[in-house]
Amino acid sequence: MLSTNETTLDTLKPGDKAKILKVRVKGSSIRRKLFDMGIVAGSEIQLIRRAPLGDPLEFKIKGYNLSIRKMEARDIFVQVLE
Amino acid sequence: MLEDNNKIKVALAGNPNVGKTTLFNAITGSKQHVGNWPGVTVEKKSGFTKYKGYDIEIVDLPGTYSLTAYSMDEIVSRNFIIEEKPDMVIQIVDASNLERNLYLTTQLMELETKIILALNMCDLATERGDKIYLNKMEEMLATPIVKTVASQEKGINHLLDKVIEERNNDQHHGHEIGYGDEIEEKIFEIEKILANDTEITEKYPLRWMSIRLLEGDENIKDKVNKSSVASKINDVLDSIDQEEYEADIADKRYSTINIIFPQICTRANQVLTKSDMIDRVLTNKYLGIPIFLSLMWGAFELTFAFATPFMDMIEIAFTWLAGMVSTNLQPAWLASLVGDGIIAGVGSVLIFVPNIFILFFLLSLLEGSGYLARAAFIMDRLMYKIGMHGKSFIPMLMGFGCNVPAIMAARSIEDDRDRLITILVVPFVSCGARLPIYILFAGTFFGRQAGTVIFAMYVLGILVAVASAKLFRLTVIKGKPAPFIMELPPYRVPKLKSALIHMWDNGAMYIKKAGTIILLGVTIIWILASFPWGVEYGSESSYVGIIGHLFEPFLRPLGFDWRISVALVFGFVAKEIVVGSIGVLFGVGDNQEALSQSLLADPGITPLNSMSLMVFSLLYMPCVAAMSVIKKETGSWKWTIFAILYGVAVAWIMAFVVYQGGKLLGY
Repeated sequence: MLSTNETTLDTLKPGDKAKILKVRVKGSSIRRKLFDMGIVAGSEIQLIRRAPLGDPLEFKIKGYNLSIRKMEARDIFVQVLE
Repeated sequence: MLEDNNKIKVALAGNPNVGKTTLFNAITGSKQHVGNWPGVTVEKKSGFTKYKGYDIEIVDLPGTYSLTAYSMDEIVSRNFIIEEKPDMVIQIVDASNLERNLYLTTQLMELETKIILALNMCDLATERGDKIYLNKMEEMLATPIVKTVASQEKGINHLLDKVIEERNNDQHHGHEIGYGDEIEEKIFEIEKILANDTEITEKYPLRWMSIRLLEGDENIKDKVNKSSVASKINDVLDSIDQEEYEADIADKRYSTINIIFPQICTRANQVLTKSDMIDRVLTNKYLGIPIFLSLMWGAFELTFAFATPFMDMIEIAFTWLAGMVSTNLQPAWLASLVGDGIIAGVGSVLIFVPNIFILFFLLSLLEGSGYLARAAFIMDRLMYKIGMHGKSFIPMLMGFGCNVPAIMAARSIEDDRDRLITILVVPFVSCGARLPIYILFAGTFFGRQAGTVIFAMYVLGILVAVASAKLFRLTVIKGKPAPFIMELPPYRVPKLKSALIHMWDNGAMYIKKAGTIILLGVTIIWILASFPWGVEYGSESSYVGIIGHLFEPFLRPLGFDWRISVALVFGFVAKEIVVGSIGVLFGVGDNQEALSQSLLADPGITPLNSMSLMVFSLLYMPCVAAMSVIKKETGSWKWTIFAILYGVAVAWIMAFVVYQGGKLLGY
């Protein structure tokens, strides 16, 4: 059951909520920045919208709005919540 | 130490967009000093206030989410706290966004400094229905907390009372986070090794340093590598899975906050906030871009509508002043130096001031409202494709008004290389001062097609800027644009006071810093135009004329004779001077109509020449004002000279292609 809900952050649809499982973004300083902004395993995250041109993406996490490019979102593994 | 007894040094820390600047302005009023942190282009603001017999100095640290080494802002902030040892740190905490704000608190606590939390925007949180239990929060975090509403200047005195109370309180407090047995063991192991180095022990909190090392902080690693314990530390670090530790430590910080959080705050059920609703329109898939473009267009219209009368006044005043001086001052050479040189030069500097003030005022309003972040969000994909960052868009756009504030606005881009590229390509964006050149030549030679020709110049400028950005990414400034990990802050009503202060700071900085270089530039041009002794100002036999002749072979393939060369040399001071100097060199002065006639009658100037000239003027080099801010913002003569040489090279090649290509095609 669990594995079928596992995906990466860039594939969420607007409104989808997910729980972060693992941050596999390359580059230690980018990874640390993501951690600092609250992208850590266990956090709940919701996709709010895509930018008008399709990228970057806007998420709600820890009560605030954060924007990340698809490129980084692709390396963040999440479990979609119902 | 008696004389120091009433001095208190306080550092102001906090996340961006939590009202830090507003609080800083509320405490210090107009007693501010703006400069740069040593060695970097991060702005440093400090201010003073007197309160109950104490002299309190407030140093405004850059807004950061964390104190890792992600950006220069973070390094500057933590270095200040460690090295300058302020008496305490006030962290401004956004009450409506406690979790992420407390993350920074956990890091500040590890720096072993006294902390006061200013719980700001309580009004917003209360309005939303959040409940924050202040006493419980003070107890759990073991730090004093003061409620403030900086935007209404509420709670300031209470905060200052707390500062004085803490100053006289020798007890150290603040709860540090425990990272769990495995990590704590490593922290302890590293701490023990570090303790052997007296220099490190004296300067740094050891526990903090150990944690940073486990997190793989390059900046701290560098420091340790220069110490006597380098090899032992590296042995320990090599034995662990860095990536794992890094994630675990951040995780632990947030999970500790997650444990504390429900005990100090009950958050109202999140319905859609006002800000979310605004965003549904402003960043809407279909409406987002049209709204963005209309807002930008509106900002420009507003800038010019407001600036033009002031610019006219400045011009009239300086023309009058120069006239006064040249008729009344003796001897003639002095009158010329003061009138044609200094006053005209200062005038060419000040003429941009209304533009700069208004652009910065509007920019500050946009930033304070939260829209600037959305502008970057909307434009990022497009900008990324050309090797730039979403945040580069606004500076580029401002370039159409005036390159000078545009280059200064690039300061909002955190990544050094992203900022450098933006600064280097902005001069290709056709600023307002280049328009008179197009109007003269397109109007004279292209009749009904004039509008199209002028439009083509603007497009060419954009294309060259884009192509240059791409080229720089492949050559001198390699790499990809920095990631777009950015908060989209809630929309707020911008603060007029903050906008005015921001406007004043930037305007004054332009006048002070740019002014000196510009004055130097115009004086050199004046000397070249007036000597050898006795020649007519700017004539063929003056040094400028000689230089014009000297450059002529170089510019001949572009279709320019010596007169155009001279005008282009003058254009370096300010591009609008090109038209004026052509007028002088063709012997008709300021009369545009007559100038058009004599250009048409001159066999040396054809439509093709004039096209080539417009292209060259668009691209060849930033004016001296722009050049001086490039120097200031990059802090490097190397890049300033690069900008000039690159501009000239591109201009020459493009004008060559236009002129020679046109000739081949039979124009």
